[in-house]
Amino acid sequence: MVTRVEKKAAKKAKRANESRGRKWTRRSFIGAGAVAGLAAGGALVVGIAIRPGDRTDKLAKFVTDGDEQLVTTWVKIAPDNTVTAIIPHGEMGQGIHTALSAMLAEEMEADWEAMEIMEAPAEKDFANFELGREFMMGGANIPGPLFDTVNGLMLKAAQSMDLQITGGSTSVRFTGVGAMLTAGAAAKELLLEAAAQQWDVPLSELRAEKSYIYHGEKKAPFAEFAVTAATLKPNLRPKLKARSDYKLLGQSLPRVDIPAKVDGTAKFGIDAQVDGMKYGTVMAAPVHGQSVAKMDAAEAKAMSGVHGVYNMGDYVAVVADGYWQAKQALDMVEVEWTSADTDNVSEETIFAQYAEALDNGEKTVLHKSGNVTKAMKEASSVYEAEYRVPYLAHACMEPMNATAWVRDGKCDLWAGTQNPLGTRMVTADTLGMDSENVTVHTAFMGGGFGRRATPDYTNQAVQVAKKAGVPVKLIWSREETTQQDHYRPSVLGRFKAGLDENGMPIAWESSFVHKMDPPEASAVFYDIPNVKAQYAESPTHVRLGPWRSVDHTQHGYFTESFIDELAVNAKMDGYEFRRKLLKDKPRHLKVLDTAAKMAGWGKALPAGQAQGISICESFMTIVAEVVTVDMSQGEPRVLHVACAADAGFAVNPDGFKAQMESGIIYGLTAALFGEITISDGAVEQSNFHDYTMVRMDNAPEIDVEIITSDARIGGAGEPGTPPISPAVTNAVFKATGKRIRELPLSRHDFGAAS
Amino acid sequence: MVQLTVNGKPQTLDIDPDTPVLWAVREQLGLNGTKFGCGASLCGACTVHIDGEPVRSCVTPLSDAEGKEVTTIEGIAAPDGALHAVQEAWIKHQVPQCGYCQSGQIMSAVALLKDNADPSDADIDTAMAGNVCRCGMYTRIKAAIKTAAKEV
Ligand code: FES
Ligand code: FES
Repeated sequence: MVTRVEKKAAKKAKRANESRGRKWTRRSFIGAGAVAGLAAGGALVVGIAIRPGDRTDKLAKFVTDGDEQLVTTWVKIAPDNTVTAIIPHGEMGQGIHTALSAMLAEEMEADWEAMEIMEAPAEKDFANFELGREFMMGGANIPGPLFDTVNGLMLKAAQSMDLQITGGSTSVRFTGVGAMLTAGAAAKELLLEAAAQQWDVPLSELRAEKSYIYHGEKKAPFAEFAVTAATLKPNLRPKLKARSDYKLLGQSLPRVDIPAKVDGTAKFGIDAQVDGMKYGTVMAAPVHGQSVAKMDAAEAKAMSGVHGVYNMGDYVAVVADGYWQAKQALDMVEVEWTSADTDNVSEETIFAQYAEALDNGEKTVLHKSGNVTKAMKEASSVYEAEYRVPYLAHACMEPMNATAWVRDGKCDLWAGTQNPLGTRMVTADTLGMDSENVTVHTAFMGGGFGRRATPDYTNQAVQVAKKAGVPVKLIWSREETTQQDHYRPSVLGRFKAGLDENGMPIAWESSFVHKMDPPEASAVFYDIPNVKAQYAESPTHVRLGPWRSVDHTQHGYFTESFIDELAVNAKMDGYEFRRKLLKDKPRHLKVLDTAAKMAGWGKALPAGQAQGISICESFMTIVAEVVTVDMSQGEPRVLHVACAADAGFAVNPDGFKAQMESGIIYGLTAALFGEITISDGAVEQSNFHDYTMVRMDNAPEIDVEIITSDARIGGAGEPGTPPISPAVTNAVFKATGKRIRELPLSRHDFGAAS
Repeated sequence: MVQLTVNGKPQTLDIDPDTPVLWAVREQLGLNGTKFGCGASLCGACTVHIDGEPVRSCVTPLSDAEGKEVTTIEGIAAPDGALHAVQEAWIKHQVPQCGYCQSGQIMSAVALLKDNADPSDADIDTAMAGNVCRCGMYTRIKAAIKTAAKEV
């Protein structure tokens, strides 16, 4: 492992190398070495470690193979036969600890009931190379949070060593498929081989089941073969089971993290407990990019229980005996912030700037097929529409927080984070420390949704703790959490379709501002021969970040609204129109048909009610949703959502359904109420009274149907979100004749419509 | 000095009586199951019972609990550790996702079922509307409350 100083030197060297044109190619990126060994206490540890630059002839074939399976995930077998899965992803409610350990157990034939799960420490050995591999080597998608990190934090190449990110719906897709299944199968092969040696019987006569090896009637626990197994060389490409042979996967296993979440014992970041700890809270410049011009803290400092008030440059911090005292004191601090042009930025100026960028700015083409210009000319008519969506906050239930203790050249950090290893590196940078001296202790996250991939809140905690000289639990108020987010971008999108004489699209052109990730979000899967999708950059001072499903939220809404408008224009039913454009896409068709059937598409509905349909593909999962809205009360009320999803294979079906339900409600909040607006350069919303959530009394019923196909496993955490907004607005159109081209729905008055 | 009972145990707290009950139970008593969500009675994450009534502990000063019985999520299981029917139902329906809101949801549900053994959908909507679940597990919460209603 390299030290911080060496790392800096290496970074410099790499930068120099890269500028000389040395590309970070597959060959130079991956070297692999297989390891099995005995850990302290006699536990067998199986993993396949990957070291960059370690290229041996033996591995050349492996490295150049287009379909290699690399394993960085470890499985331990203790002498008491406990099998422990070490999971390199944070739990934020997506059930990932359960899904990934089940994947390991499935291939290993381990006893899942008795299996232990441990979240991987923020160590390089547990960096998630599967994620890096997908990114660096042209995998299908670039996971959202990763993009942000790559842009902001580190050099691409060096950074690929620091990946330990939970986001982009990648955990099952990449870590699970790429690492867990393979690690399990490799471990099983080692144990069987060891048993064959110890018992002196042919390998073919042995089988593994529930953490035991069997030879006829004779059986012995895995642990008995651990020592021998540790001397053997694991197979990098063990034989994996066919999906039809799965015993655990495809079953709805109860989630392992749930019992602690019903009795109050689950430990979230905010529950960290450190001896001698004080509590801190902060207020950052309301206009991002500004800093403290003047601070008067006399009154705050005099308050009882206040330990210190600090001017931290772009934020003010108070440390006290308790959070409430710190917050009371912070409210007494008088701060004047620096001013700049950004103080005049508002909702109106931002969208005017976007319009200008689309009118006259330089555009980058993202997707292109056929000849759009020619097709538009030949079209019998052209249809255009402009849509816009606002900034959105993540609004994790658990406000941003982290606990830090900086002393004797060392730092301990306790936090719920989607990116522990990246956080460790950033912390080391912030403190000017060797990363070896930074320990990140992870905890459950009270919601992540992309927000906890950005380590700004952890950074404040370490800075404040360093200043205070004691361990500090730094907690942001809800107001701070709302106003200092990294927002889903607000976007203006213009759409243009060239239509044939029947109103079917022969050309599709989209222009929009901002492009984050993944690039395919703005692609169209419909059968349209001429397509061009292009974007213009139009940055503002408002901080942006990945938000559940990233660019798919806005593009799902744009595309599925526009398609619906084209259907109406062609005087066709929205469902039939889509079917026509999907005739060569059997997976999409099946998903669409299933959702339509579930909802009884076309059935007679009571007055004021209507159904809307949409279909999106994101993170390799196809989801269609049919929404039933009721407009009879004058404002949209979503009664029911029928959701059909094809993710190839759902590892934990009930968990997958829960993710769809969750994604739908998350997106529905955005569709109905979600908007962060900017006035005088600052975010206007502050708490749940003005950043409104869907609640029990306006939550729809949701039915989810899972479709199993032979496709590669797709994501679960995000794909439920994109289709909901357009399904709702399409239904609202049907009920009222009012086309919603701007979210959220709360901006629109339906008073007279019903 | 404020005297009260928390989960059946008498406690004397030597802090500012204006301190919200939320921070007193979390920071003074180390009962971390009760969560901070908004600090303004807008989300329900901090719900506890005072003399059996659900309250938002983030806006309830400690002085309001003087001489009263406070129950937190840590105090609703039976003394032998057997989970409350609501907690059992929460597991059966696999309700929690991130889980952060769930202490508050469970405390609201327990209070609802104490007053209303057979709540209708509308009763559940009313009683639970103060509790936000950002992970959107409302259909499961509703189903779990109905299951628990059969047990209570
Ligand atoms: S924290 Fe008390 S209601 Fe939100
Ligand atoms: S389970 Fe995450 S907020 Fe309710």
